[in-house]
Amino acid sequence: MDMTALLLSRIQFAFTITFHIIFPSFTIGLAAWLTVLEVLCLATGRPVYRVIFEFWLKIFGVAFGLGVVSGIVMAFQFGTNWSALAKMSGPIQGPLLMYETFTAFMLEASFFGVLIFGRSRVPPWFYLFSTAMVALGTTFSAFWIMVNNSWMQVPSGYVLQNGVFVPNDWSKILFNSVVWSRFPHMLLASYLTGAFCVAATGAWYMLRKLYHAEARIMLRMGLGLAAVLMPIQLLFGHLTGEYVNTYQPSKMAAIEGRWNDEKPGSEVLFAWPDVEHRRNLFAIALPPPFGSLIDSDSLTAAETGLNSIPPANWPPVVVPFFAFRIMVGCGLVMLGLAWLGSYLSYKHRLAYNRFMLWLTFFSFPLPFIAIITGWFTAEVGRQPWVVFGVLRTADAMTPFLTTRQATVSLAIFCAVYAFIFLFGTFYIYRLIRTGPARKPFELPHIMVPNRPMSLADDEPITEPSHVIAGE
Amino acid sequence: MVMFWVSLLAISILLYVLLDGLDLGVGLLSGLASGEARRGAMLSAVAPIWDGNETWLVVTAVILWGAFPVVFANLLSAFYLPLIVMLLGLILRGVAFEFRYKTQRLRWIWDLSFAGGSLIATFIQGMTVGALVEGLPFTNGEYSGGEVGWLTPFAALCGVGLCFGYALLGACWLVRKCEAEVREVARRQIPMLAIGVLAFLVAVFAYALAEHLPILHRWIDRPYLFVFPVIGAGAATVLALSILNHDDYLPFYMVAMVFVAAFGTLALSFWPYMIPSVITIQQAAAPPSSLAFMFWGCGLIVFPLMLLYTVVSYSVFRGKARTTAGYH
Ligand code: HDD
Ligand code: HEM
Ligand code: HEM
Repeated sequence: MDMTALLLSRIQFAFTITFHIIFPSFTIGLAAWLTVLEVLCLATGRPVYRVIFEFWLKIFGVAFGLGVVSGIVMAFQFGTNWSALAKMSGPIQGPLLMYETFTAFMLEASFFGVLIFGRSRVPPWFYLFSTAMVALGTTFSAFWIMVNNSWMQVPSGYVLQNGVFVPNDWSKILFNSVVWSRFPHMLLASYLTGAFCVAATGAWYMLRKLYHAEARIMLRMGLGLAAVLMPIQLLFGHLTGEYVNTYQPSKMAAIEGRWNDEKPGSEVLFAWPDVEHRRNLFAIALPPPFGSLIDSDSLTAAETGLNSIPPANWPPVVVPFFAFRIMVGCGLVMLGLAWLGSYLSYKHRLAYNRFMLWLTFFSFPLPFIAIITGWFTAEVGRQPWVVFGVLRTADAMTPFLTTRQATVSLAIFCAVYAFIFLFGTFYIYRLIRTGPARKPFELPHIMVPNRPMSLADDEPITEPSHVIAGE
Repeated sequence: MVMFWVSLLAISILLYVLLDGLDLGVGLLSGLASGEARRGAMLSAVAPIWDGNETWLVVTAVILWGAFPVVFANLLSAFYLPLIVMLLGLILRGVAFEFRYKTQRLRWIWDLSFAGGSLIATFIQGMTVGALVEGLPFTNGEYSGGEVGWLTPFAALCGVGLCFGYALLGACWLVRKCEAEVREVARRQIPMLAIGVLAFLVAVFAYALAEHLPILHRWIDRPYLFVFPVIGAGAATVLALSILNHDDYLPFYMVAMVFVAAFGTLALSFWPYMIPSVITIQQAAAPPSSLAFMFWGCGLIVFPLMLLYTVVSYSVFRGKARTTAGYH
């Protein structure tokens, strides 16, 4: 086995999953939000909710399609590139992914069709039910994939027999504290993604003085949800950090840029880790016991440094170190935005505060960046192991995979993904730019009387000049 | 337990072939169709269901991984490049469903990717099965064929054969779901496609005889296996009659029956091997603790539910397709 095929396989896995995760994190949040909108619409009878629903449904359709096609690749790659891993861990990872497929994918896929095409064919309650089933499916999917990945991070409930991981206690695999801090962390991350995308869209319409009623609802709901979820997310982030500290000292030391064992530990806020000389340049740090307080909830706990771990077991220090800081930084900015924005919106001042609206508009990449850097922290920090402490990534690869094969596959992945990503984001951008279609529902005139917060607001429905052909 | 998972695997593969076969077939035929109206109608006939159909491929893959990890690992890594190209084909045709309605000037790109993606995926699926039937080079339980060990004339022949097969399935589906011109064209295509499939089967048989494929012995040993080809022949006859009678519904079921017969034939000739003459079902099976864990949840409870969702989504969209769904 040569090193380059291994490196290419790793790049390929990282590239394809990074591409994939963009879409699930958006659609998990969006599916839940669509369900809420449909409930609101049925409960209040206010058509504005329907208008918003139909608008986001189109975007959901595009993003979901991209999520599905890129996800199928993931399931196959375990066999194509990591067949040694697939053979060894098949008895554990296989059943977990099977539960994901059986409980989640089929549910999503079947009801997705109803959601997109079935409005006129089914009764309203069944339509709501389908929406909820899609949302439930995405949640199940996130759960099982987190169980699966958590097992790779902290393997448990197995014995090794003839080079195969044989499960002997499924309850340990499913119900451990690692899963139950990481699954909420991921789920909340997805909801935050949905919330910020919705709020940013609302802010954009506000700035362009379009679709006032819809924009106000999107802004209020998006920012409000984020304001509530963000602190909870920080809490689960902290809990996730505790599992890392307990089970993966090498990852924790890399995240913290900690070279020497310390008791109690200090906390490096920012630095440039100089791996060659095993030190931090330009370090800004909080003195002890802040490190122990943050990592172990204790004033006196000892914290492991990289120097007491053999370098052969170090992850690439720089990546988890910076990725983690970017994630946390995004989280703090999002918290500030969500709280300030919700406060202004509560005071009815948000609509006039153009600066704040611009900030909200530009905030939509933040959750995506946090999610991707979060995964980079978790996955790169796990190196050089693929099953932490048990199986090295280098031993997990398909033994007869050649560099040429890996190069060809990576090249075509890059080409095809770049192609569909460019068009996909462009189409989503155009859908958002065009805005909600009010016309088909003929709402404003008929429905005004029974709606306290009028959708009409006497705002002209400006037909965008570049109406998309073919719609 | 092992038998249970073999059966579930067989059912999933069969469902995948029938269901995704029909929409891949429609994709293939859309490449021959001209005019926006016709292509749009063809797409609408499968748009609400393709995602669920394709999911049966994922179901197949994870059953293989969970219940027969060795086979999963060996086959997927042996077919490295073809599988990746197949996945990209599936990606291209999958995004076309959403993307083609988002543009008019560039719609041809997505029409091309719909037809081209379907063609690539179908051909490779047929080719891999062909390569399996012919026998992959293995030494000591490890694939040893190199980068292109799967590429043989027989495998390529099977790839072409499956294109005809899926296209036939797709044409019958269009007859069933569409009206007017699309239906008439599809109906005219059925006899030609059926002849193509027949010619392919004859060629496969001749090739097998000439090459003395190991699978052939199994047939000579167990003549009762011929019940499947007989069922297939019966279905083909009814198919011909139903086309002559201008029946919209029967042809699809008859072609499906032909596929079932072919699949049964193939499965029984593999038995008891999963990778012919390399790994048997028993050797490939995951440890009992894995099989049992999957059995109680996935097998007993969720699998019937999955069938139920499939039935629900097909029955929501039963009857003739409405050409322009309100969504776009
Ligand atoms: C179920 C398992 C699983 C899940 C949910 C993820 N990964 Fe992963 N990841 C792996 C299983 C894995 C792996 C199979 O274990 C890899 C392949 C090679 C390796 O070392 O680990 C890997 C490697 C890997 C690498 C390369 C690390 C390196 O080789 O240095 C990156 C950057 C990511 N992943 C990023 C992600 C992202 C952005 C994910 C977000 C969805 C993600 N991973 C989810
Ligand atoms: C190695 C990791 C992963 C694998 C093997 C994988 C596999 C898949 C597959 C096969 C699909 C397509 C299902 C279909 O046909 O409908 C899919 C879609 C999906 N995946 Fe992943 N996935 C991975 C990572 C993740 C992660 C980390 C999450 C989120 C926590 C996630 C959430 C989803 C969701 C919600 C969908 C539905 C499609 C969508 O929402 O766009 N996946 N995944
Ligand atoms: C103060 C805030 C936060 C802390 C302390 C924190 C902590 C962590 C830690 C330690 C990990 C690595 C877990 C591992 O190695 O398995 C992680 C992963 C991750 N984080 Fe955060 N996080 C924070 C904020 C956020 C925010 C705001 C988001 C997204 C909106 C986010 C999304 C993720 C994701 C997607 C992962 C990868 C999945 C996982 O490993 O669970 N995090 N986080």
